Amino acid sequence: MSDNPTNPNPTNDNPTNPPNAGTPKKVVVFDYGFGNVRSAERALAHVGAQVEITRDYDKAMAADGLLVPGVGAFAACMNGLRAARGDWIVGRRLSGGRPVLGICVGMQILFGRGIEHGVEAEGLEEWPGTVEPLRAPVVPHMGWNTVKAPEDSRLFAGLDEGERFYFVHSYAVRTWELEVTNPHIPAPKVSWTTHGEPFVAAVENGPLWATQFHPEKSGDAGARLLRNWLDTL
Amino acid sequence: MTLAVRVIPCLDVDNGRVVKGVNFQNLRDAGDPVEMAKVYGEEGADELTFLDITASSGDRETTYDVVRRTAEQVFIPLTVGGGVRTPEDVDKLLRAGADKVGVNTAAIARPELIREIAERFGSQVLVLSVDARRCPEGTVTPSGYEVTTHGGRRGTGIDAVEWAHRAAELGAGEILLNSMDADGTKDGYDTAMIEAVRKHVTIPVIASGGAGKLADFPPAIAAGADAVLAASVFHFGDLRIGQVKEALRGAGHPVR
Repeated sequence: MSDNPTNPNPTNDNPTNPPNAGTPKKVVVFDYGFGNVRSAERALAHVGAQVEITRDYDKAMAADGLLVPGVGAFAACMNGLRAARGDWIVGRRLSGGRPVLGICVGMQILFGRGIEHGVEAEGLEEWPGTVEPLRAPVVPHMGWNTVKAPEDSRLFAGLDEGERFYFVHSYAVRTWELEVTNPHIPAPKVSWTTHGEPFVAAVENGPLWATQFHPEKSGDAGARLLRNWLDTL
Repeated sequence: MTLAVRVIPCLDVDNGRVVKGVNFQNLRDAGDPVEMAKVYGEEGADELTFLDITASSGDRETTYDVVRRTAEQVFIPLTVGGGVRTPEDVDKLLRAGADKVGVNTAAIARPELIREIAERFGSQVLVLSVDARRCPEGTVTPSGYEVTTHGGRRGTGIDAVEWAHRAAELGAGEILLNSMDADGTKDGYDTAMIEAVRKHVTIPVIASGGAGKLADFPPAIAAGADAVLAASVFHFGDLRIGQVKEALRGAGHPVR
């Protein structure tokens, strides 16, 4: 499933990208009006990806990886995503095993629902769970925090436990609800951070990965993490 | 796991060049903002702030270009303030590559601007910049601090603590608290003012104005600031980012 149908001539690609020798991975940053798409584009290009910012259905489907950014309110992001058929695209990609990475609100909308300012909105429901106000003395949770990742995490491979990533959010998922009991299905890898209380900081679940923090704004540590994702595409 | 205290160099940018003067007057040229941003990023700055002091709004393209070139090369959060008056100004800066936008005078004139920006782009993009001072003779506010405009030269009679609180309620994501009494003095942050604001807001507070030596930084955090901002001490090499972080770590504050 990972072969790229729109890339019949891989030898055409730029051989000078050092981080990922050989064919650069094609990534679409999904442009639905609610993400800092330029930051994501630059950070991915910095680690050797061939990046396009678009909401074009065919391109988003064909890319090796689809990055779904997101800033602002949960409900507004969901409306924007639906208007751009992003819900459909994410669902189609995942059912075909094609990688998707959600960042910040782009992660939150993967859950069942979000509650902001008392208003409840439906998410994409890829995972059960609720995005709720973070209970901490100072909110937004803004700045660099550490992440507790599982030993076998691929997303955090090569990154020390004390490494910090840039967070900026007021809402979070406090409880991971998806239980996988079938021994033939790999259990999702869930990483946690604490600000006032523990919350989900990252998820690796088959082709669907996500981070609550901003790897594209997390300096060298974020670059390594994005490279780890590219290496799986 | 604890959130790290942020160390933020601020670059005052005029027509694409970095400047910083004592008490906002008598400006001196301290270099190319993009080059300085790269150096700060490599030295471990947790964020960068550009304050655009370009007088003519017709020259804003230069600022957008600086923001664009910085965002292409530096992968840490970038805040840009100065002359932001409308949600459209915010949109342009975000599109150029800013992650957050600082709003100051325009919000004093029309507080609804805070709500408009927060509703359209989210609270996390909005840093409310408060230039405050102890009330001079003849001015009285409940907290004893008042908001100023025009680089601290003009008082408004608005209570600085109440203003910070109100801005947070309107949707500001963060307060950049700049002491006009301390700014440029290098005598340390106004910790009493930081404490007063901290008690009344639950959004992050960035301390600004007065940093001169390493020992000035930990008291600002102890007073309740979540981040420390400084300009000239970094630009002229008096202090390095790493030294400030060591000083904070030594005082028991987590740093990156």
